[in-house]
Amino acid sequence: MPTLVSSKDADVSDAKATAGKQPESRKPRGSTAEEMASGQREIAVSEFFAKNRHLLGFDNPRKALLTTVKEAVDNSLDACEEAGILPEITVEIGQKSETRFRVTIRDNGPGIVRRQIEHVFGRLLYGSKFHRLKMSRGQQGIGISAAGMYGLMTTGQPVVIVSKTGKQQPAHEVILKMDTSKNRADIVKETEHAEMDELFPQGHGTQVTIELEARYQKGRQSVDEYLEQTAIANPHACFAFIAPDATRLEFQRSVKELPPEAKEIKPHPRGIELGTLIQMIERTECRAIGSFLQEEFCRVSPSVTRAICDHAKVKNTTTIGRIGHAEAEAIFKAIQVVKIMAPPTDCLVPMGTKALLSGLLRGVRAEFFSASMRPADVYRGNPFQIEVGLAYGGELPKEEPARILRFANRVPLLYQQSACCSWKSVIDTNWRAYGLSQSRDSAPEGGLVVMIHMVSAWVPFTSESKEAIADYDEIRKEMKLALQEAGRKLGIYLKRRARMRHETDRRDIFERYIGEISKACEGITGTPAKKVFDALTRLAKTKTEQADQDLDDEGNVVEKKLEQDDNVVILAERIGAAEQAEAPTDLIPEVRPTKVSRPAAAKPKTPKRSTPPAAPAQTPTVPAPFRVKERKAPEGGLFEEGK
Amino acid sequence: MAAKKPTDSRGAARSALSERTDAQTRKGIVELGARVVRQSLAETDPFVDVPLRSLSNTSFNARKRLLEMGDSTQRRNLFNTAQARKFMQTVLLSKGCKDLIEAGKTLSLRGMYYMSLHTIPGTREKTFEGQEESDGILEDIEVALEALRENLHLFAKKRGTMVGPITVRDNGDEIDCRRMGTGGYAIPSICEPGVVEFGKCDAKFVLHVEKDTVWSRFNEDRFWEKHNCILTEGSGQPPRGVRRLLWRLHHELKLPIYCLLDCDPWGHYIFSVIKQGSINLAFESSRLAIPDAKFLGIRAEDYERCELTDDVKIELNDRDIERAKQIAGYPWFVDKKPWQKEIQRMLRNGFKMEVESLITKDISYVTEEYVPARLKARDWLE
Repeated sequence: MPTLVSSKDADVSDAKATAGKQPESRKPRGSTAEEMASGQREIAVSEFFAKNRHLLGFDNPRKALLTTVKEAVDNSLDACEEAGILPEITVEIGQKSETRFRVTIRDNGPGIVRRQIEHVFGRLLYGSKFHRLKMSRGQQGIGISAAGMYGLMTTGQPVVIVSKTGKQQPAHEVILKMDTSKNRADIVKETEHAEMDELFPQGHGTQVTIELEARYQKGRQSVDEYLEQTAIANPHACFAFIAPDATRLEFQRSVKELPPEAKEIKPHPRGIELGTLIQMIERTECRAIGSFLQEEFCRVSPSVTRAICDHAKVKNTTTIGRIGHAEAEAIFKAIQVVKIMAPPTDCLVPMGTKALLSGLLRGVRAEFFSASMRPADVYRGNPFQIEVGLAYGGELPKEEPARILRFANRVPLLYQQSACCSWKSVIDTNWRAYGLSQSRDSAPEGGLVVMIHMVSAWVPFTSESKEAIADYDEIRKEMKLALQEAGRKLGIYLKRRARMRHETDRRDIFERYIGEISKACEGITGTPAKKVFDALTRLAKTKTEQADQDLDDEGNVVEKKLEQDDNVVILAERIGAAEQAEAPTDLIPEVRPTKVSRPAAAKPKTPKRSTPPAAPAQTPTVPAPFRVKERKAPEGGLFEEGK
Repeated sequence: MAAKKPTDSRGAARSALSERTDAQTRKGIVELGARVVRQSLAETDPFVDVPLRSLSNTSFNARKRLLEMGDSTQRRNLFNTAQARKFMQTVLLSKGCKDLIEAGKTLSLRGMYYMSLHTIPGTREKTFEGQEESDGILEDIEVALEALRENLHLFAKKRGTMVGPITVRDNGDEIDCRRMGTGGYAIPSICEPGVVEFGKCDAKFVLHVEKDTVWSRFNEDRFWEKHNCILTEGSGQPPRGVRRLLWRLHHELKLPIYCLLDCDPWGHYIFSVIKQGSINLAFESSRLAIPDAKFLGIRAEDYERCELTDDVKIELNDRDIERAKQIAGYPWFVDKKPWQKEIQRMLRNGFKMEVESLITKDISYVTEEYVPARLKARDWLE
């Protein structure tokens, strides 16, 4: 168990020294080393965090509620995926009094065996994820126990856990009270139930209930937002949320396969610090330094071992016991110089552009979606991968700055946006090149949602509360490249949309007046109106067709690319949905019957929605219309013409 | 006095002339339409050329002392989104004028607007958004066809009044302007020879005042009788009818024209239009502008000269000041020292004055003292 050692006063020696010099009438201030020793003792991690709870995300009642839900949901998702179960998670928040809430999170995961329950939920820094290098949501094993501890501290109420590991197994209900001084939990009460089908219809799962001082509020950085974004990043999971006012929010699954399991990897030599290296040397079971390097690290082949050892001037057969500090440092330096292959990237499981798009489609009511995924890269020996998604237009508010959804290993990051590497990469990107407006040092404006997802076996967070990704050059560069790739597609789309609009307007104007002109001409010259009308209509067509031609030649190449791009989805019926909300101008006819003066190209500007107007993006009780790869709007949207 | 000539003779006198112009105008319209049809059937972008009516296409002819229109034209294409609507309106109104000419009837500008106004089938768009839109296009047609408004069988709303020792024949009816009561003779929109003819005239000059209210003051005091002059009024910026009538009184009857206008940029501009012509109607300057017209008052110095009270001051606002500077910069004012001094003095005063301000002295001060004194002293601006 990691512990922290401290003495009450850091300046022990100072105290002693001054005490000697001042033989005053006052009682000497200092205490002796012996006396002080009596005050020096181990601090349980739990005690440390109890006093510094802001480090874990429990700064204020509102954030405490979110962190509690988040830690539990993250654990549930991790457990389900590891067990190969499609996650079904229910979050229920009940209000006990004005500031007291009772949070229950239930999953259909594999359950927890009885003897581990008090450890998993009762001890800080206890978990399966810290000691391995494998991509998962949780990392340190702090979260859920910290939540339980916070609950206990603010309300005095213990944590209630119900878990069932299988059909034939009993369900265990355990009430835990944490002892912060020992970093252990005491069992208050324990009950065994034979069946609990009402909680776990699939026969397995875990439910945890925590009572805590909190505040429930909707909007930004709320539980609602967290679940909404989690649903975007986890399209394979379904969520139900019962809010304090008993409203029920459901996010249906939009992908039916689990993401592939992440592989566990050994650390890469470049990602190791000297102290860690020495520690590993002390602990290893290998006998020679050569085998140690090959066994404990990835990408260290016999030849690489030789190269390292040569460079460090040690024999690779040297017994591990004879590697002292100097040798270790030499090896460490050698590692930085010798050429070593980048770590394997099969430990990374990105969402993939398809799942990412379907996640965005489920949560964002936009008209255009594009996604891009970068190849894996490495920072400090840790492999990572970046994928981004963009959603534009549709019902997104036009005047507001872009909303940035940040994710790390599928977990939404809601706090400290401006400290996050992803935020900086968005600001760094020149969005004006893609037809959006952007002021200096700020996000682009106008109906855009940017989603950035980083996956890594070890995500470098700026703090334990996991709110922002540290700003490594390698990470920022990859993020920017991904944003640029998706942004270019948005740029192509926007340019095309503007041109189509312009051409449509143009043709509309001409066709509107041709009837009038031909009739007037008949009145003046006696030439039959029909003759002039037909000629002018043909002329209008050729005049605007010239522009259509451009679309077909240069434009069509672009268009095919966009439309055939697997990483782009365009929902024609949502195009300009935000503008439609405003009153149509007089120039746009309300009803346009198919008249002689309106040839086949009749295009209604007001979208006829075949789907019922869905609920606003915040509360998609019904799954939003889900259409991947539907290229044509059913009733003649903008993109049908010109073909 | 008011004896009428037989109807048939007046009809005959006019018809020969008008038939000729009608045929000419009609021909112009048909040519315009035929060109559009020809271009359409040949499937080339149809267009109408319209001479530009803007300051840039207007120049001051120093020798003739009038504003003239230049040669610049604007090509109005159908297949240009900015011009398509105007193109349609031009063709539509041309057709309206042709119908009028063929029916041998005349319409007011407003009537013409209504005649061509309808909703474009299948849309909610109207052919015209208001009378101003149609008026502008009609002026374009006048210029494009080199036909006058009256040739298109159109007339404007009647504005302007006249009284004085003159007899006119309006459409054959003899009118004695000495016996017009308090209302005066309403100057028609069309004052062409053939419609309005001058009879016996005893007047020595014409006094044109800005507005109806001032005109009534002069009429009640029988100023025209005492001073043997014709008294006209143009309701602010005088319409074409009034300007044409003044032009004819000046040129045909050799009467000098004196103007009594407000002391403000607006009054100065009215004088400028009467004297040199307007930018909008520069193509008609030669039959409307009177380069010898004289500006009698109100003058900026009158505040002190007539010992007026502070009550008559109306502060110049920013727009007035800007406008005044613009007028001072007009080529036909720029070389005239007295005018430059006058405008400078007004700007220095910082206020403007209306003709009515003289009424604060005495009800009849303007008719009995001010104007006679100015005329006697030959104190005016050219």
